[in-house]
Amino acid sequence: MLNAAQEVQKTGEVSAEPAPGFDRGSIPVLSLRNIHKAFGDNVVLRGIDLDVSLHEVVCLIGASGSGKSTLMRSINLLEQIDDGQIFLDGDDISDPRIDADKVRARIGVVFQHYNLFPHMSVLDNVTLASRKVLHIDRNTAEDKGRVMLRRIGIDDKADCFPDQLSGGQAQRVAIARALVTNPKLLLLDEITSALDPQLVGEVLDLVAELKREGTTIVMATHEMTFARHIADTVVYLESGRIAEAGPPQQVFETPVYEGTKRFLSRVLDWVS
Amino acid sequence: MPSSFSDETQLSNIERERRRYRRRQTQGSVLVSLASTLVFAGLVALVLSRSPGWERVRQTFFSSHYFGLSFLPVLRGIANNVKILAFATVGVAILGTLIAAIRTTRSAVLFPLRALAAVYTDFMRGVPIMVLLFIVGFGVPGLGLTKGRISEILLGTIVITMAYSAYVAEVLRAGIQSVHPSQRAAARSLGLSYNQTLRLVILPQAIRRVIPPLMNDFVSMQKDVGLVSVLGVVDAVRAAQIETAHSFNFTSYVVAALLFVALSWPFIWLTDAYARRRRQREESAGVV
Repeated sequence: MLNAAQEVQKTGEVSAEPAPGFDRGSIPVLSLRNIHKAFGDNVVLRGIDLDVSLHEVVCLIGASGSGKSTLMRSINLLEQIDDGQIFLDGDDISDPRIDADKVRARIGVVFQHYNLFPHMSVLDNVTLASRKVLHIDRNTAEDKGRVMLRRIGIDDKADCFPDQLSGGQAQRVAIARALVTNPKLLLLDEITSALDPQLVGEVLDLVAELKREGTTIVMATHEMTFARHIADTVVYLESGRIAEAGPPQQVFETPVYEGTKRFLSRVLDWVS
Repeated sequence: MPSSFSDETQLSNIERERRRYRRRQTQGSVLVSLASTLVFAGLVALVLSRSPGWERVRQTFFSSHYFGLSFLPVLRGIANNVKILAFATVGVAILGTLIAAIRTTRSAVLFPLRALAAVYTDFMRGVPIMVLLFIVGFGVPGLGLTKGRISEILLGTIVITMAYSAYVAEVLRAGIQSVHPSQRAAARSLGLSYNQTLRLVILPQAIRRVIPPLMNDFVSMQKDVGLVSVLGVVDAVRAAQIETAHSFNFTSYVVAALLFVALSWPFIWLTDAYARRRRQREESAGVV
């Protein structure tokens, strides 16, 4: 699929807006073009190209250090990329002229270690962005926040503080916090890696529920079984490149690339 | 495929344009800050030179003649400050660590000691150093316990040590308590004793964490050493006062001020450099 992003890149022009008359409905929510990133001499991303359509769930798999987290952080503009372009809804968000805070408000992020604010109640955590970034008044924000907490099944914990939650509850609150501002895109960065095995299920159930509701999700994960069932596209990263990508059946059952086979056999052996 | 991204010829046009734009932004910010600094300095100079008493103040505080005359006496005075500072620093390090260690114990047997340490820190931090100087500096010699007179430098060192060990003990205690309990559990489970755990595992992590506030206390102590002049020690402040009494010119105080700044500057710089290095390490850690 040739889209606005590719057109722009070919001509070498930087444009924050899609071409006039362009239909926004058909462009991907997220487009990565030739993303490069290095930390000093350590090159982490070596040219990533990826499109994520509306309602699509993309699972990034790969060994530690393959660049999954860096890619997620780059999409959220927490890292400045060294080359390439990132388009969110057709807008070039890697352009330095763009307001990074406004971009981040359009992307929801959930981290491995929840990163809830320990000095705020669960409800305050969830409503902070609504109140301070979107400037919604406290009552409206809290009503929305409570609806969101009911959706994830922990409205009884609204007035608790994060240290009174289990890991699974904390991670669900973190997801609620990321979702309450209706982001275009949800980034989930190994959200179950820090959880006890018996708590993984409740968090993944919530992600599955989000997929049914049509949320566009990019998630880095080590949960191969989950990726296999939930993903529309599985992307296997190896040393900063997309080594293989496709529907889960294809990547998991008939991988073409040797590295994917090696990775999968190691991971699946280790699981069983 | 570019292996490093510093060579711009290997980059795409878009990235090159982005870098040009960011460079222009940086240059713009540098120019703005430079201009605002110049404007501010100009305003200060204007206000000073236009004030009616400026000529008088300039002669009384910034006379090059009296600067030269008072420099050596004040420098000799600050040598006493350095001497007191050096001994007080060692005293504060030992006493402060001891108090912090006592205050973090849990055992019921040590309760009296713990209470004593708590009272000590509360009292020493509450009493103004000047008052402490008068009480110890004139009270202790007044007891007549020694045959000869006690050097006022020694008395001054003791007072500074007493006051600052209380501050430092509290900073260290905060540092010790900030080390996660699991570290203590790990050390004890290796068979290390309570004291070994504190000395080999907890304190090194605690001190690293509280170095910036400790340096802050150190620089502040440097200045408070100047207060010992009330005991009759001819330190930089007292030397400046003596010069002023000779000449009715206050330039000697400016000399003292400059020497104090020169004394504290290396440590302020060291603190900043340490904080910077730590920040860089933390920022580059765990991003891949």
